[in-house]
Amino acid sequence: MNAKYIVSLLAVVVLFLLAYVGVEAAGLQVVFGIIIPYLAFVTFITGFIYRIMDWSRSAVPFRITTTAGQQKSLPWITDDKVDCPSTSGGVVLRMILEIAFFRSLFRNTRMKIKEGTKLSYQLEIFLWLGALAFHWAFFTVLFRHLRFFTNPVPVVVQLVENVDSFFRVEFLTDIIQIGVPGVYLSGLVLLLAVTYLFLRRIFVSNVKYISLASDYFPLFLIFGIAFTGVLMRYYAKIDVTAAKELTMGLVSFRPTIPEGVSPIFYVHVFFVSILLAYFPFSKLMHLGGIFLSPTRNMTTDTRARRHVNPWNYPVKVHTYDEYEDEFREKMIEAGLPVDRQPVDTQPAEATPEESEEKE
Amino acid sequence: MKDKKIIIAGLLIFLIILFSPFLYNIFVNAGSAQPAPELVLTEKAKAAKECVRSTDYMTAEHMRVLDLWRHSVVRNAERIYVNSKGKEFTMSLSNTCLDCHSNKAEFCDRCHNYASVRPYCWDCHIDNPKEKE
Repeated sequence: MNAKYIVSLLAVVVLFLLAYVGVEAAGLQVVFGIIIPYLAFVTFITGFIYRIMDWSRSAVPFRITTTAGQQKSLPWITDDKVDCPSTSGGVVLRMILEIAFFRSLFRNTRMKIKEGTKLSYQLEIFLWLGALAFHWAFFTVLFRHLRFFTNPVPVVVQLVENVDSFFRVEFLTDIIQIGVPGVYLSGLVLLLAVTYLFLRRIFVSNVKYISLASDYFPLFLIFGIAFTGVLMRYYAKIDVTAAKELTMGLVSFRPTIPEGVSPIFYVHVFFVSILLAYFPFSKLMHLGGIFLSPTRNMTTDTRARRHVNPWNYPVKVHTYDEYEDEFREKMIEAGLPVDRQPVDTQPAEATPEESEEKE
Repeated sequence: MKDKKIIIAGLLIFLIILFSPFLYNIFVNAGSAQPAPELVLTEKAKAAKECVRSTDYMTAEHMRVLDLWRHSVVRNAERIYVNSKGKEFTMSLSNTCLDCHSNKAEFCDRCHNYASVRPYCWDCHIDNPKEKE
């Protein structure tokens, strides 16, 4: 047992109960269907802008690119144009590969000590696979949801729906009947991937050690979102047209609460609202942050061009020569060695005068 | 710094994407947020008062009913459906469902289009003789 994920799990359960009871017992459809979604959206937008603008003010004094290839130098040395880009075109390509296919994560290795003293690096691909499945599935699900926010539904969205429901899964038993409406692959992949990403944090001991409540909470929340969504589509079906009436009302600023929408729908919307409001203050901001990765988004031309620290200012210096000029006489008096003797006094004549005084 | 311009441009693109459903409904397709289409019942459907199951159940679960009907007719050759009130129905989309709901364009298609649902029922049951305009 670990307080960090128990607390996160409890938080999501409490959120579920809050929305369910709020709608079912207290009849707060307006709160959970209109007010909270709008507030959450505003929080998301302002928080997101604030975080990005805050990051944009960060100083980037040096090129701190990490490379995975040969830097461009002499013409007869082949340089790696994507993994060590010297042009902005190369940087764009590297960023696209990073954002869409998580190449840095693909390079993830696991260190192991084998046969006593041998250190070996293994390719650790499952996190990359899980993350890729999760993010792409989430994106597809999100994109498909445009059908609730547009009327008529654009052809692109219909196309994605058709591709997503390509496999006609039919599962008919006495308890659960799945088949119509068509099974969307993305929803199930999302559920499986988020489960994997959670179990990984539970069962891999060193990952568990570094996992915090802020890692578990979004996972539980996204699981809740995906689960309620899948539930509404395949099991505890809701009146889709009524649900769309609500969402269309939100998106055209003429909010309505249609009758006969199941509380599960409000739970789903509440979970999404919480995720949106929580987003700018959490690790989920890597959505915007990945574009600002300083090790990825800069050209590696540290040899070709001189990069001067942009906030270098003229420093007032006091050289040793100036110092000696200022304190020469005092230094001689104290018997300290000086680089240059005073110009006026002549040491040859001065010595006998001094000896006379002593006499 | 010169990066700031790029960051702000990226942020603007993100915001436009985020607001695209709002913009779509305000500028591109103004007035498209009409309420969900009303179900139009034929005289025969009105007279029958209730479908094979309650109206609430049918709005949400009619596809499951049809799927089960198809399964039981095609796989098990059982054509009679008995509902909770003991009333018997022949399991047939063309002959039972569309007998009352003979107005497919108004009864089925409008909601399906609204919710972007493209059921493959009509792949086979396309030339429905009972459909009336």
